[in-house]
Amino acid sequence: METFAVRPGLRRLGGRGRGGGLLRAALAVIALLVLAAALAPLIAPADPDAVDLSAALAGPGGDHLLGADASGRDLLSRVIYGARTGLLGPLGVVAISTVLGVLVGLTAAWHGGWVDTALSRSMELVFAFPGLLLAILVVAMYGPGQIGPMITLAVAYTPFVGRLVRGVARGEMGRPYIAAYRALGFGGLAICLRHLLPNIAPVILAQSTINFGYALLDLAGLAFLGLGVQPPAADWGAMINEGQSAVLQGALGPILVPGLAIVLSVIAFNIVGESLADRVSRR
Amino acid sequence: MLEIDELAVRLPRTARPAIDHISLTVAANETVGLVGESGSGKSLTARAVLGLLPKDAQISGEIRMDGADVLTMSPAGLRRHRTHSAAMIYQDPRAALSPFRRIGDFLAEILREEIGAKAARSRAVELLELVGLSEPERRVRQYPHELSGGMLQRVVIAAALAGEPRLLLADEPTTALDVTTQAEIIGLLRDLRARMRTGMLFITHDLELAATICDRVYVMYAGRIVETGLTRRLFAEPRHPYTSGLLAATPRVSALGTLPPAIPGRPPDLLSAPPGCRFAPRCPHVMDSCTAAAPPLVDGVACVKAEL
Amino acid sequence: MNIDLEVRGLRKRYGTFTAVDEVSFDLAEGGSLGLVGESGSGKTTTARLLLGLERADAGRVLVAGRPLATLGRRDRARLIQIVFQDPLGSLDPRLAVRESLTEVLRLHFPGEPSAPRVAELLDRVGLGPREAAALPRELSGGQRQRVAIARALAVRPRVLVLDEAVAALDVSVQAQILGLLAEIRAAGGVSYLFITHDLAVVGCVTDHVAVMRRGRIVESGPTARVLTAPEHEYTRLLLDSVPRHAF
Repeated sequence: METFAVRPGLRRLGGRGRGGGLLRAALAVIALLVLAAALAPLIAPADPDAVDLSAALAGPGGDHLLGADASGRDLLSRVIYGARTGLLGPLGVVAISTVLGVLVGLTAAWHGGWVDTALSRSMELVFAFPGLLLAILVVAMYGPGQIGPMITLAVAYTPFVGRLVRGVARGEMGRPYIAAYRALGFGGLAICLRHLLPNIAPVILAQSTINFGYALLDLAGLAFLGLGVQPPAADWGAMINEGQSAVLQGALGPILVPGLAIVLSVIAFNIVGESLADRVSRR
Repeated sequence: MLEIDELAVRLPRTARPAIDHISLTVAANETVGLVGESGSGKSLTARAVLGLLPKDAQISGEIRMDGADVLTMSPAGLRRHRTHSAAMIYQDPRAALSPFRRIGDFLAEILREEIGAKAARSRAVELLELVGLSEPERRVRQYPHELSGGMLQRVVIAAALAGEPRLLLADEPTTALDVTTQAEIIGLLRDLRARMRTGMLFITHDLELAATICDRVYVMYAGRIVETGLTRRLFAEPRHPYTSGLLAATPRVSALGTLPPAIPGRPPDLLSAPPGCRFAPRCPHVMDSCTAAAPPLVDGVACVKAEL
Repeated sequence: MNIDLEVRGLRKRYGTFTAVDEVSFDLAEGGSLGLVGESGSGKTTTARLLLGLERADAGRVLVAGRPLATLGRRDRARLIQIVFQDPLGSLDPRLAVRESLTEVLRLHFPGEPSAPRVAELLDRVGLGPREAAALPRELSGGQRQRVAIARALAVRPRVLVLDEAVAALDVSVQAQILGLLAEIRAAGGVSYLFITHDLAVVGCVTDHVAVMRRGRIVESGPTARVLTAPEHEYTRLLLDSVPRHAF
């Protein structure tokens, strides 16, 4: 038996919600996020960066539906615009780590032998190094921003995908159709791309969806620490960073609004990913 | 001893009952064969006897073991039933045994509750000896991976015998084994029956194999019993076209160089329900009346032609 | 008599375990050779070595006089093909039957239009346009095995290896596939290496047989002779183990 490096998600929640209300709610949250990111200028009630000191720390209701931050910027508009970096960052992490992971995992599984050993060992090496720490190191060397942490996290996530792909691919390669295609004279690359990869794609998609949630959380964490997207940009992590001072003045809104957005998004991606994984394993 | 009376089982989202009003009996010390191809319902019948039908199945009819109805038993009654009345021998011994547990622990676990841990341990050794395993004292300390497939099947048979059941249910007990091992296991089952006087319901797809061990045979097709009778009679003069077709289609070592004649078509799956006799679409002797109504099992055969 | 498949001194070791040990046999042109053995006999490893799915430690394999080891994978494929036991697992679950066949034809005969040959191949194994559009899971076991046979025949191989190809089928369907295979062989151009544990099947469809045990061939000869007057003790044991009713 291969043990897959599936990152544990909210398995029980996702499992119970399969096809039920929970999954539907999670899908709705994700749809809402995508809409918010795509249509931010159309649906945001105000300019997210417009400073209005007279409305500083205004409570919910009135002009500002969810209240305003210390500079009087509209929290609802900022959280809507925040969905853009909130989704784009993880998308980059997941896209890069999936491509790299599939490449490494398939190569290791197909070649076996010393290639497999070498690739598996290097994956374990990256695996052993906490992704967030790696990202902090890179930022320390190259300065904060959106791209640096994204690429570093992608590298850190690659072993998760790579080990999963390797395990699933090895299982699938044991099925006789792969041997049949080899006997029929097809090359390794053709078999991998046309037969092996499409048949294991659903598992990879499930893991990538779960990873999306984790990447969102990690990137928000980096922004909060001041290492990712920089204030005053409307980013959820950066918003919490800025909102800290408001807590001292008794206003929780500037932290709660972006915090809730992060938590809801992470849980939503987790539930959808787990339910996909569930569906694949029951096939 | 075992009486199945008009049992019908319908699984959700299927077009026909998986078991379609079958009646079957097994007497004490009798070995009865239940022969059929995939989709015939033979394995589901075994599970029904153990009270292991899926919860969402629609069930009618009765299964009586020494007069007690299995389908209405309490969970505790069912547990007792599965160790002392009807015990199962599964097809794949490796799947039936946990790879992390010693052979002795696996056997003792079945009995510990009733006779205590110490007695259960010595009983485990006795059981292994009973099924012809050499060095039983050593075997109880071994793990499944240290034993061959044939030896493991002996362990599974020992486990089935642990509660001294009145009936053994053997579901394709030799299909996963090599030919030479299969012959050994069949020999063991025959020997056990002579010594312990247990009845046995022997489920298989292999008519030839059934013939080597069974006193009587039921032939199942698409959920129904199409023919039944003494093994000798059934093989000498099969009356249902399916039975004769199946017998003819079986390759034989004695028939060198001749191809067995095939039955055209394929067994119907649970999603198709041919009207009337389920075998009619594949039958060489089909008549108009065959598809009108299902022929009842009369005098051991369910075929319009046989009644004429 | 021409030899389609000539195997000499084939050997394969895994660590200290010798799976295939000095295996040699000939398969005549248009002939059918049974390779019989139980699990662990090395018969399936032999098949994998012949197909180039594993590398042999020693020995040589010639098909129609050409040494397989010197050929590219496509040339090798056109000489020897295989049909496996598991009819569902042998087909890509995502590809419809027609796509499975077209892909093979495109690889091996890129210039020729594939549609008429797909129809011809399916017709040869008794399948029609309805099955051509179906996915493997929508077919029965027998139909899937027909597709696997058609796919192997698509490259017009000289030798077809049948690795327990009827073992997973229902008895009534098994006889159909055996009949189909006999028909295909009678039409000419292909010889069979029939790998099986089932002596009864060997008796119906082979003219020669080799009995394997623990990596070695212990007895070989014309099927009729081996099955009626076995010389090796193990062959006798195998024969005695076949369930046979006395009436």
